[in-house]
Amino acid sequence: MKYIEEFRQHDLAQQLSAAIRKAVKPDRSYHLMEFCGGHTHAIFRYGVQDLMPPNVKFVHGPGCPVCVLPIGRIDNAIALVERHDVILCTYGDVLRVPASGRRSLLKVKAAGADIRMVYSVRDALRIAQENPDRQVVFFAIGFETTTPPTAVAIRQAQAEGLGNFSVFCNHVLTPAAIQNILESPEVREMGSVSIDGFFGPSHVSSIIGSRPYEFFAEEFQKPVVIAGFEPLDVMQSALMLIRQLNEGRYEVENEYTRVVTREGNTKAQSLVAEVFELRRVFEWRGLGLVPYSALRLKEAYAALDAEKRFDTPAIAASDVKGCECPSILRGVKRPVDCKLFGTVCTPENPMGSCMVSSEGACAAYWSYGRFRRPETASRESVA
Amino acid sequence: MSAVVKRFPVRLDLRHGVIDMTHGSGGRAMAQLIEELFVRYLDNDLLRQANDQACFAVSAGRMVMSTDGHVISPLFFPGGDIGSLSVHGTLNDVAMSGARPLYLSAGFILEEGFPLADLDRLVASMARAATAAGVPVVTGDTKVVEKGKGDGVFITTTGVGLVPEGVDISGDHARPGDAILLSGCIGDHGVAIMSSRENLEFETSIESDSAALHELVADMVAAAPGIHCLRDPTRGGLATTLNELARQSGVGMVLQESAIPVKPEVLAACELLGLDPLYVANEGKLVCICPQQDAQRLLDAMQAHPLGRQAAMIGEVVEDRHGLVQMETGFGGSRVVDWLAGEQLPRIC
Repeated sequence: MKYIEEFRQHDLAQQLSAAIRKAVKPDRSYHLMEFCGGHTHAIFRYGVQDLMPPNVKFVHGPGCPVCVLPIGRIDNAIALVERHDVILCTYGDVLRVPASGRRSLLKVKAAGADIRMVYSVRDALRIAQENPDRQVVFFAIGFETTTPPTAVAIRQAQAEGLGNFSVFCNHVLTPAAIQNILESPEVREMGSVSIDGFFGPSHVSSIIGSRPYEFFAEEFQKPVVIAGFEPLDVMQSALMLIRQLNEGRYEVENEYTRVVTREGNTKAQSLVAEVFELRRVFEWRGLGLVPYSALRLKEAYAALDAEKRFDTPAIAASDVKGCECPSILRGVKRPVDCKLFGTVCTPENPMGSCMVSSEGACAAYWSYGRFRRPETASRESVA
Repeated sequence: MSAVVKRFPVRLDLRHGVIDMTHGSGGRAMAQLIEELFVRYLDNDLLRQANDQACFAVSAGRMVMSTDGHVISPLFFPGGDIGSLSVHGTLNDVAMSGARPLYLSAGFILEEGFPLADLDRLVASMARAATAAGVPVVTGDTKVVEKGKGDGVFITTTGVGLVPEGVDISGDHARPGDAILLSGCIGDHGVAIMSSRENLEFETSIESDSAALHELVADMVAAAPGIHCLRDPTRGGLATTLNELARQSGVGMVLQESAIPVKPEVLAACELLGLDPLYVANEGKLVCICPQQDAQRLLDAMQAHPLGRQAAMIGEVVEDRHGLVQMETGFGGSRVVDWLAGEQLPRIC
């Protein structure tokens, strides 16, 4: 287990904590956005904020695949199982995302629909092979990390002539979303959200490389450090961001060199490019319509596209009244600013998507409970 | 040769036969199933009387009673099966009061079409577990449901036990200042089950820790009768059990993450699946909350028993009207350890 423990060592954490405290300038603050839910989760699970000086703040970004999925897409999926009697396969977290009318795939499943939780798209292919007389739809979701396996499955289904398999594609793109946040009026003009720098995604960057971030680091003059998901990675990357900010630099640096290269995984990229193409626009929860931010199946694979095989109209559905997920996803509000948080909205009964996945900001706040902890003075003396 | 007329001319086909509706009808087929399968393995004086109840003498004092339904999938897993688990689960629930378990009952709900060979295997395993524990199954029940209305077999067991004099263990007895002890590594059972689920097979050497803990408890009670709380962290894992105890007792807890034993293989599997071992089920571990002055004596007693060899002190009970379980992380920060929400699900990316 050395390979994990190495990145969670107490002594190194203390050393990094001391280095960060030494590096920060007392007369300014450092608002660092972690785009990825994986980072949000690590920060809460290991108590990384406790090791930071008070003027270093983590701003939680929208990088949690189920969090940014608009309600309309879940409504589409429910319609697929109810109207077309398909077997719908998807990853676990998706089942709990609230849909319109207080429904969710989990509730629809309990009412008798054939919805299967799978761990990999390969399981969905197998289910299609085993049920030749049923239509099987894979609800594809995720950032660039999960896209290549979906591409492989689509190619395999095409090659095998698997006529009863199709993909409802909800794959989205990270750089487009980061750019959208930086272009949002809250960040650019109103200044109500202060973002000084970014932790770049780790798994996503292993596929796309560090190059795609170079444009907006330059354009928006914000430093980016690609960071691994382990707590020491997060701390080391915070130190790198702080140093860049102190020196007035805005470069793309790579802390996660054990996995990420500048070019990324070119084989996976070409596989994705062969099967998928950019959507002109796609709706994100919280960010609204974001141009060129998602993928759909290319014409050559249209036969395997659930949106072409079945009727999946664009559904404009609104969030539950009072739910602040959209603002939380943009970093404008914190989970504790939401009236529903912890009252009617809990992980057992999520009203908004940020409370569903362990990578969602609300679920992380709630589960690791910082907001409930009585303030103890002793915590500030950890150094 | 015996002069008794053979009751069932053709023996049960334990190799190729399956359960059918007649095995639950109360007629001859059910009698044969009970005699040739259940009584054959679970045999004891009380069961052999073939009454609808078991009748036994009791001594004076306090008794405990507990029941547990077992619905596990898959039925056979590394380190155990539903048969042994149904014995261990109830024995442990009885033992967590400090009691010595005396008798068990077993109710079987069988699904039409269930292979008799599998039933044979798991009843044999159940019998081995009961014999090893020294606690007989003295009465039982069998029902059959139509195909598609069960998941092979469900087993409900009930146990009764006798609490030794002077022992008063309950979930609401934790007091600020008490020590929190854990009998061994967490997460083995849950990871073993997940590794053998149909759609998630991965190779691991981890076996379920399913075991009967009453003898470990007897040693502990002998060493320190003043134990405040005992509980086995099954579903929901260690985190959920500690939250239950904190709420019942109206106290808080502070844990030391680095003191909680977890096998490297379990940690690796949890990393892979995006799970937290604190929330993964155990079937052969216990949590003990005791006055600080008894802690070392109890730890010694636990470590002297094969099922407590890796016992450790993992934290302390503190005053906290919010009932929070907090943890100093091995990394140097701290966090709240909450109840398990929903079901732990593997992550997407």
